[in-house]
Amino acid sequence: MSSPTSTPGGRKRGRNTNPSTPSSEGPTSPPSQRRRGQDSSTGDLMPMPTSPATDMLSPAAPQDNSLLSSPRPSVLPNEVDMSSPLMYGTPMRGTPARQRPDLGSVRKAPQVDLQSEPPSADGAVTSESNTGQRLVIWGTDVNVGTCKEKFQRKVMVFISVVGDPVLNVNCLHVQSFDAELYRQLICYPQEVIPTFDMAVNELFFERFPDSILEFQIQVRPYNALKTRNMRNLNPEDIDQLITISGMVIRTSQLIPEMQEAFFQCQVCAFSTRVEVDRGRIAEPSVCRNCNTTHSLAIVHNRSVFSDKQMVKIQESPEDMPAGQTPHTTIVYAHNDLVDKVQPGDRINITGVYRAVPMRANPRQSNVKSVYKTHIDAIHFHKTDEKRLHGLDEDAEQKLFTEDRVQTLKELAAKPDVYERLSSALAPSIYEHEDIKKGILLQLFGGARKDFSQTGRGNFRADVNILLCGDPGTSKSQLLQYVYNLVPRGQYTSGKGSSAVGLTAYVMRDPETRQLVLQTGALVLSDNGICCIDEFDKMSDSTRSVLHEVMEQQTLSIAKAGIICQLNARTSVLAAANPIESQWNPKKTTIENIQLPHTLLSRFDLIFLMLDPQDEAYDRRLAHHLVSLYYQSEEQIEEEFLDMAVLRDYIAYARTYINPRLSEEASQALIEAYVDMRKIGSGRGMVSAYPRQLESLIRLAEAHAKVRFSEKVETIDVEEAKRLHREALKQSATDPRTGFVDISILTTGMSATARKRKEEVAQALKKLIQAKGKTPAMKYQQLLEDLRGQSENAITKELFDEALRALADEDYLTVTGKTVRLLA
Amino acid sequence: NNCWHDFITASQNNPNSGWEAKAVEFFKDHLKEKDAHTWVPSLNDVPLHYLKPNSLVKFRCLIQDMFDPEFYMGVYEAVDPSTKAKVLRCGKYKDVTECGVRSLPNTVTAERQTFYCVPIPGENPWVKEISSSCLGFVQARVVPSTSYAPTRQKRSYEEDDDMDDMDTQMQREPHTAGVQAGPQSPTEQHGNGDCKRRETEAPSSQTAPASHLDLNFPLPGEKGPSCLVKVYEDWDGFKLNDTLEVFGILSVSPALSALADKKDASSSLLDPTECMETAEEQRVHSPPASLVPRLHVLYAKPLPHNNPLLPSATLEDNSAFLSSTLSEMASVRAELLTFLTPILLGDALAAEYLILHLISNVYSRRDVLPLGKFTLNLSGCPTVASYTERFYQIIQQLVPSSYYLGMSLQNMNQMRFVPKKDYSANRLVSGALQLARNTSLFLDETQLEQGQLDTAGVRNVTALGNLITWQKVDYDFNYHQMEFPCNINVLIASEGRSLLPSDCQIHLQSQITPPHMEEYLSSIHVHPQASQLNKFRMYLSVARLLNYSISDEVTKSVEDDFVDMRKDDPQSISAEDLHRMLVVARLLSLSLGQTSLSRDSWLRAKHIELLRRSRMEQHTCVNGNEP
Repeated sequence: MSSPTSTPGGRKRGRNTNPSTPSSEGPTSPPSQRRRGQDSSTGDLMPMPTSPATDMLSPAAPQDNSLLSSPRPSVLPNEVDMSSPLMYGTPMRGTPARQRPDLGSVRKAPQVDLQSEPPSADGAVTSESNTGQRLVIWGTDVNVGTCKEKFQRKVMVFISVVGDPVLNVNCLHVQSFDAELYRQLICYPQEVIPTFDMAVNELFFERFPDSILEFQIQVRPYNALKTRNMRNLNPEDIDQLITISGMVIRTSQLIPEMQEAFFQCQVCAFSTRVEVDRGRIAEPSVCRNCNTTHSLAIVHNRSVFSDKQMVKIQESPEDMPAGQTPHTTIVYAHNDLVDKVQPGDRINITGVYRAVPMRANPRQSNVKSVYKTHIDAIHFHKTDEKRLHGLDEDAEQKLFTEDRVQTLKELAAKPDVYERLSSALAPSIYEHEDIKKGILLQLFGGARKDFSQTGRGNFRADVNILLCGDPGTSKSQLLQYVYNLVPRGQYTSGKGSSAVGLTAYVMRDPETRQLVLQTGALVLSDNGICCIDEFDKMSDSTRSVLHEVMEQQTLSIAKAGIICQLNARTSVLAAANPIESQWNPKKTTIENIQLPHTLLSRFDLIFLMLDPQDEAYDRRLAHHLVSLYYQSEEQIEEEFLDMAVLRDYIAYARTYINPRLSEEASQALIEAYVDMRKIGSGRGMVSAYPRQLESLIRLAEAHAKVRFSEKVETIDVEEAKRLHREALKQSATDPRTGFVDISILTTGMSATARKRKEEVAQALKKLIQAKGKTPAMKYQQLLEDLRGQSENAITKELFDEALRALADEDYLTVTGKTVRLLA
Repeated sequence: NNCWHDFITASQNNPNSGWEAKAVEFFKDHLKEKDAHTWVPSLNDVPLHYLKPNSLVKFRCLIQDMFDPEFYMGVYEAVDPSTKAKVLRCGKYKDVTECGVRSLPNTVTAERQTFYCVPIPGENPWVKEISSSCLGFVQARVVPSTSYAPTRQKRSYEEDDDMDDMDTQMQREPHTAGVQAGPQSPTEQHGNGDCKRRETEAPSSQTAPASHLDLNFPLPGEKGPSCLVKVYEDWDGFKLNDTLEVFGILSVSPALSALADKKDASSSLLDPTECMETAEEQRVHSPPASLVPRLHVLYAKPLPHNNPLLPSATLEDNSAFLSSTLSEMASVRAELLTFLTPILLGDALAAEYLILHLISNVYSRRDVLPLGKFTLNLSGCPTVASYTERFYQIIQQLVPSSYYLGMSLQNMNQMRFVPKKDYSANRLVSGALQLARNTSLFLDETQLEQGQLDTAGVRNVTALGNLITWQKVDYDFNYHQMEFPCNINVLIASEGRSLLPSDCQIHLQSQITPPHMEEYLSSIHVHPQASQLNKFRMYLSVARLLNYSISDEVTKSVEDDFVDMRKDDPQSISAEDLHRMLVVARLLSLSLGQTSLSRDSWLRAKHIELLRRSRMEQHTCVNGNEP
């Protein structure tokens, strides 16, 4: 192996099996010295800063090599490894390089000239003529020089190094800069990324010659568009740069992986280093110094190790086709990427896809014909961090094809798009058009505004809806539909969920004994819809959690030493059954569902789903149901919009449309609000609160979103008003007077009822005063007296309330069955 | 069928000839021939150690889990041991490479998908019996040299005129298989070629699966081989819980398990990739081939049903069969009714509803709403003399697959209903609700006593409720849940009204006075003649597969009826009731062999609903559950 002509063969094998043994390498070989020097700072106990410095003076600085050519006639044959163009680990002014195990044994790739034959079997690969520009890396079409230059030009625009000496590069930027460079990056990451490293380091030290970094800058590309989904990975992606999204399900312990083995001769104490190539060490069998065979022994604590961790990721549930189980992929994280992710995190991983044949058993000639695949991670990007921080627009953007956008826009241009969409919503549920419209607006949501400067914080943009009604009026079905429609939906039942299940809880990880914050349904549906069935069956403590979520849109947690505030910008779609099994039309909404008014007032729209009981309705209903049972799939498809279209439509509007109020619309809103206030003022009561105005704004904005309009116009306000009024008509009508009375929802009691209560209390007081000085009275007696005196029927509840009112005045106390006067 | 094997072996040595497509075509064509598929030995019936490795077998199974796709060497270069020449070999349909792989440049990497398949859960004994006797029927002649007599079945799967060919094959086989196995493999004998030698071994692998390996059957107490099915094309078309009939090449190479054993030992520092995978994962993903054979799929056929009595062609293609059965259906129905009535203590109405239930099927889904489900709650079941068990035994005789779930507190709290992903072993741990389509799930609520349900119990009850209402099961993937639609007929037997929701509740009106119950029950003739049973079985399966429509005319009259009924008393009928009546009408028509709704059937449906409701009113609901 000493003649230059034999090197190509040895080199070729080096890619696959073991590299040429360093048998001929003399003890004074400069490359081995140099390498030892630069690695020493990471691996050895004693840093040797002088060693790299001297190397800088070395005439064969690898940096130059890369630009010129590799195998110069003067170098020793096994210099080839070292002079590989990707010998980027150049020590720069005392900044040590750090190996990149994520890219594997990159140094083994020599450069070849394009003019010569592509390396087929054993032809002479390297030509001695150094034409510089024509040189490409073996097996690829990557030219180091041009590649580096391009990257430097590109990076000039973006460079800034803060904190870790890591430069994250968005591949999309690379693509927009130079498509060819991007293609090379995707296809030959193992070669191109080190070139990038080289380029950025040169640039950096040119600009900041005095800066000292922990190690040299490493380039980490991300957002490669090659692959988005784990399911699409196929053999063609092997050794390419890919980006996939997924959820971390397991992480292994830290594994020290040997990068370089240190061997020492037992006889003469001569030491040598052997680099690990694809998990193998070519153990030198002969000591070069004393020629003793099998005298070399490995010294573990002088070998170089790097951190490694196995991370298992699984497809995110959104990416999966129905009816299949999620796929998993193994990812290896190296060095500082170790422990960057935890199980449960949703991440985008950029890395190199690898396939390794299952290791053959040395004693068996047969191998399993299956490869093991994994990804060497280069970059992690957590996608769910925005729950704790702000909205991350990058990750949220769903990509639409041009065609799709066109279809959606055509749909939006139709004048009846609002009706179309609302009828496409849950087609199996009959009528309830207004409810569907309300839910549709909820799905679109209002425009997000930020008032944190003025101290108000975020302004709620999400619409909350409550459905009340008789059991069996397909409320649950509607909820199920919505839950299935939206990507970030959660479905819980008030009966089964505790406050803990809704909010967040702290759990100790059984393996690591680490405290982990597990988020509940409300946090999980951040930016989505949380469907809560059987809202009325929820315990009080659970319900109280909702107060904060439904107005402030945050969730505060103070548990087990963890104090934090999570975002929960979720729309709540709740369904409640009346306390009595049937809705009692003689009672108000509050009395029917027995929910605290503080909570009810946080719903923008409250709908009643009642059986209308009229003939025309019955007929339409029957027709609808029968057709449901016999129409074929195709007919249905024609009739209604596809669920997928609806989903995309909503996603598009939510992402791209952000309507603002127009002048006329604001005027219309003001008028609407003033009108609402006026209704009540005639009767001496408040009939609208600022909350109602906010609701109106949200609804109008959502309606503008439905039209894909950037401006809220009068028609939006009109529809918002109409819907709001419809909902109020249903839920806030005072059964005693027949008037719509907003105070039923805001204070839990209609104005007439309150007036009546006061009257009764006064009558009772009078009655007691008329009785003269009697310190104690029988409860039953008093009730009967009052009943006898009053012309209206006095129910026991009313009487109790009156007593309570008087007790509040400190006029009397009630103990058991006796009523005592105070004072 | 032997020529197939020759074909495969011949063509495999010539990987570039585009033989793959041809071979698959060839098989499909042959399997279409009349009864050809019955010639292929079935893994369901024949114990594994009686099957030749690398031969064509079939397997009737359910996809229990889907593993990650794997990359394998589609074509590789190997050195022929005798001639030392380099040859290209094909890795498709094989687990193990031959003769040691040389260099990589000529290797073509291809992708395949692995499914973990188990026999159809809850498949009733009669199905197994009939399908295996079918097999014996064709291969009736005795083969003395391979005198294997399986327990249930009389004949070997080999035909004796195959023997000549087989012997030559046997000689060829050790050649290839022997190389694969390597001389030191202790398990070699299991997988290797010679039938006679194997005959001496105890056929233990099937009856007593190794205790350390959980074969992950959905239902407790299940037996039979599970199988790693390797699919080469169109795997996206398969879904979890699909039932398939798979035709493929059996691979039981002991090298597979041998490799796994070695890996445990070699936890070398320098090869950390190997020790990354946990031991459990190793065990699950590469179990010993003698327990979990590999099957390389040539052709997989989705099964719409697993009733062996029905012809294998679909009903549409088999009009002669269809018309003959349709004409008989009404009479069979009457017979079945007389058969079931005494079992339901003389209650003819309940028997009628039971028939409707047994032929129900989720035929479509409209957004989230499953259409056609008909969960029956049979209340008023006597608790004496293990009535429900006896009742279940009858059901078991009638439907192809069923499962009895006693809802005792212990079962509810301890059983795993919902499949759960086990991330350390990277597999989906099955649960009792992972069932094939049209499985009858018999819930015995009479077993439930007072007591405390723990969290697991509550979750199980919720899962059952979801199953009944939405026909879906939310599989537990630890970090999230995933919804899998299902199609399971749930029958709830209870004393009072069930705590679970149901589509229809009928209270059993016993004609027998309680003191005589025991005597009566023991006197019921539970085992009718086989021919009659087969008629019932066929009837139920066919009725379920029929198409159904409603004409405009009838639609109109149904609408009128509904409006009229509402006019009289709006409380009497709700939209929900109309839903139910439409389902009852549909099932009633189908049970009579009518594929479209007639006025008569509608009136009859209304009538029996009325009878049922009047009965309900006598037993007003006590526990106030939402219907």
